[in-house]
Amino acid sequence: MSHRLTERDKPWMMRTYAGHSTAAASNALYRSNLAKGQTGLSIAFDLPTQTGYDPDDELARGEVGKVGVPVAHAGDMAALLDGIPLDRMNTSMTINATAAWLLALYVVTAEAQGVAQAELSGTTQNDIIKEFLARGTYAFPPGPSMRLIADMIAYTVEEIPKWNPINICSYHLQEAGATPVQEIAYAMSNAIAVLDAARERVPADRMAAVFARISFFVNAGVRFVEEHAKLRAMATLWEELGRERYGVTDPKALRFRYGVQVNSLGLTEAQPENNVQRIVLEALAVTLGRNARARAIQLPAWNEALGLPRPWDQQWSLRIQQVLAYETDLLEYPDIFEGSKVMDALVAELLEGARAEMAVVAEHGGAVSGVDYMKAALVDSHRERIRRIEDGEQVVVGLNRFTESEASPLLEGADGGIMTVDPAAEAQQVEAVRAWRAARDPAAVDAALAELARVARSAGENIMPATIAAARAGVTTGEWARTLRDAFGEFRAPTGVGEAAAALDGSAELTALRDEVDRVSEALGRRVKILVGKPGLDGHSNGAEQIAVRARDVGMDVVYEGIRLTPDQIAASALHEGVHVVGLSILSGSHRELIPAVLDALRERGVDVPVVVGGIIPEADVEPLKAAGVAAVYTPKDFDITRIMQDIVRLVAERGGVSAAA
Amino acid sequence: MPPAPPTHAGDGDALARRLREHDRSAAPQVLNLLESRAPSARPQADALLRGVSPAALGAEAPGHVVGVTGPPGGGKSTLLGQLVRAWRDAGRSVAVLAVDPSSRRTGGALLGDRARIPHDPRDDGVFIRSTAAAERLGGLAASTSAAAAALAAAFDVVVVETVGVGQSETDVAELADTVAVVVQPGSGDTLQFLKSGIMEIPDVLVVTKADLGDLALRARRDVAAALRSLGRRETAVVAVSSVPPVSGIDELVAALDERRAHSDVAARRVGARRATALAEFAAEHGERGVRALGGRRAAQRWLEEQDAAADVPALVAALEARAGSG
Repeated sequence: MSHRLTERDKPWMMRTYAGHSTAAASNALYRSNLAKGQTGLSIAFDLPTQTGYDPDDELARGEVGKVGVPVAHAGDMAALLDGIPLDRMNTSMTINATAAWLLALYVVTAEAQGVAQAELSGTTQNDIIKEFLARGTYAFPPGPSMRLIADMIAYTVEEIPKWNPINICSYHLQEAGATPVQEIAYAMSNAIAVLDAARERVPADRMAAVFARISFFVNAGVRFVEEHAKLRAMATLWEELGRERYGVTDPKALRFRYGVQVNSLGLTEAQPENNVQRIVLEALAVTLGRNARARAIQLPAWNEALGLPRPWDQQWSLRIQQVLAYETDLLEYPDIFEGSKVMDALVAELLEGARAEMAVVAEHGGAVSGVDYMKAALVDSHRERIRRIEDGEQVVVGLNRFTESEASPLLEGADGGIMTVDPAAEAQQVEAVRAWRAARDPAAVDAALAELARVARSAGENIMPATIAAARAGVTTGEWARTLRDAFGEFRAPTGVGEAAAALDGSAELTALRDEVDRVSEALGRRVKILVGKPGLDGHSNGAEQIAVRARDVGMDVVYEGIRLTPDQIAASALHEGVHVVGLSILSGSHRELIPAVLDALRERGVDVPVVVGGIIPEADVEPLKAAGVAAVYTPKDFDITRIMQDIVRLVAERGGVSAAA
Repeated sequence: MPPAPPTHAGDGDALARRLREHDRSAAPQVLNLLESRAPSARPQADALLRGVSPAALGAEAPGHVVGVTGPPGGGKSTLLGQLVRAWRDAGRSVAVLAVDPSSRRTGGALLGDRARIPHDPRDDGVFIRSTAAAERLGGLAASTSAAAAALAAAFDVVVVETVGVGQSETDVAELADTVAVVVQPGSGDTLQFLKSGIMEIPDVLVVTKADLGDLALRARRDVAAALRSLGRRETAVVAVSSVPPVSGIDELVAALDERRAHSDVAARRVGARRATALAEFAAEHGERGVRALGGRRAAQRWLEEQDAAADVPALVAALEARAGSG
């Protein structure tokens, strides 16, 4: 083999995960991104769209247009993709519980452009198991969720053959704390669950075609050598799985295809400019070796731990990709790790660990019934990661080492270095969806929803045709999801915290804190009780879970109800449970609306306890929150959870009139 | 250093009056007071219990105290969600005391069950309180039986939910008017416990996950056969499904009501108060105290001669006086 390629490789597809405020604003952003050399689209939907609520739903309050674009009906989708020729575009949609619905809206929009569905190419993320494990935007119970996925696979493999109906996501597992071995094992176990479900829905001779359309969405952390080995290990396992479990023989169909968004968990709020180096190194992890190179890449922005990135921040990340692909010699060589003893041994090590962990998941009945087990394992791993950072065992430059810093000029602008969504956008969307409902043919809508309900309750019928018909009839996102919730039932995923093992030993600091909790509890007459709540639709529960587990470990009684709570629910729980303190976690940027709403609801019920808030809270929002009555605000730079606990116990003692320790 | 001021919300008489007037908004403060171990809270808690005792009410508290127990993973809290909905639809107010068995090794506990009981947060007819179990394995917190007794004065239904089988199952049987044990198909343990007498025989046996079809049917048959072999034909066996299509919930509600109508609630409650009083006395004064009463059996016999309407604190005080004078 020559050490040079005869022809330079074509670059991977370059995308930017984008969308905010309204369909029109996002459309303008997409067009300017494409003009800058971006080669594919990656649509970020807002949380109401992801979880199946219309902008005027109570649960959507404060979340409309925040972390992505709101798409409530076919009109929104048409505005979003206006002027973008869908026969020539490759679109990735980060959409899961409502994936079938958004794909239907995409198909209907293409139709209006005169593009047949068979010509469409792109990806729906559609991986529900990782939503239960890590991301939280599920809507339906596991069984019906898997059925929707299988329906989409069966439909697209025949009708939209260039579509990837599902991205098996290991990305979010790493964000939830997974070790490389866990990331590989849980992603592969998840793929098995999906393929097994699809096998029930498609003829046996089509399984090779189905297998070929399954792609992955992975993560890469800053330990980029091991991360590259991880991807090579996944490629090996994937090929093995295809051959052995599904009888696939075509080498092309057996190829491990993946897109990537590199690590956000490791990005810091402290000295945020360092994130640029981290992102570059992580991009190397997924591009260095040709045999396991990404098909599509999107890079986070340097300021993700601060808030939402601006177009300029996203442009910077796109330029990183372009420098790597067009300036360096990366794409001129065959695989540069072939024959490397170190790489081979790393891969073998990961394979051994992953196979063992896959066997454990199989013993739990596979990925669907093993969700509780995997969730608890992830919460444990994440806790271990935080402990290593707290103890300084794992170095994070600028956070727990080399913390001296000049003031960053990047943060000096009037916007504080982040984008803020115009609060008026939500009110506009609420008006717009009401106007949309008023303007359509109600009889057609009712008929489409009745048909959808019938198919949902049927045993074997594919959900896609009725869903596409509903999109044409003008049904809204909330109506589609409501119909399926009625048919399938509501669902709350395991929180993983109940199963997380107790940390019985610990540092002297932890022991002292336990003694303090005991002392304050004794003085109060009852054990210190905390409510940990996540208001709004944001499903990123890792932070709240770590707080809940640590509060338990220092001796508090912890009421944790999981995600997606209204301010009223949180206030009622605080009252009923007689808690001494309330901790709220929000990462979606909706804190400016939701935190005051929780405070009001507490006041209305006469609950007078300290409220602390954690999450991605821009510096500029901290003072207004405190003025509204929040006792303390914690952001990603407050990585030491034991310190946060010390604060909380102190606040409880003060409010309860308990004097300071002697 | 001066002692910390009392932080419980503590007027026992006023709280008792509110409960007697069916003011359900008193429930959070009632629980805060009854859970408090501060010395200053004790007289107020006693006053509260005295104010809702049969002596004060003129009868046993009207609420139906339902114990719901069973092995972990059986679908209890999901079932409870459906039950709460059914009771609310029938216009009955419901208080749920969810007792979590979490390990107390680090002192703290994670309480998450209320999340699985969907309810309108603005509905004052539903009250849910989570409590960690007592230090002994699986046992109920001492405050739970007091809370159940107090809330029965203001709520139509008071549910005590706990994970069995163990000490908690026995505790629940002691304080509830009716007990439902929840099992899922394929869990052989419950049958074994029933047959071996480790588990007390419940009023209603609930087989969940009826949507599993044949498996659930078989489980229901096995349970019925086991009960027959024990000579307990009156125990109702109900199959339910808490996931759509939901089924069996109305039957379960009816079975619980029917069992209560046919049992001597007053006798059960008097027995529960006496047993609780003796347990509290023993916890406070130890075996030495019990010996001063002439032993456990003698103490039980003596309690049986006391006023049936007496509340727990009064009975404890009587036991203490007797132990002191003896």
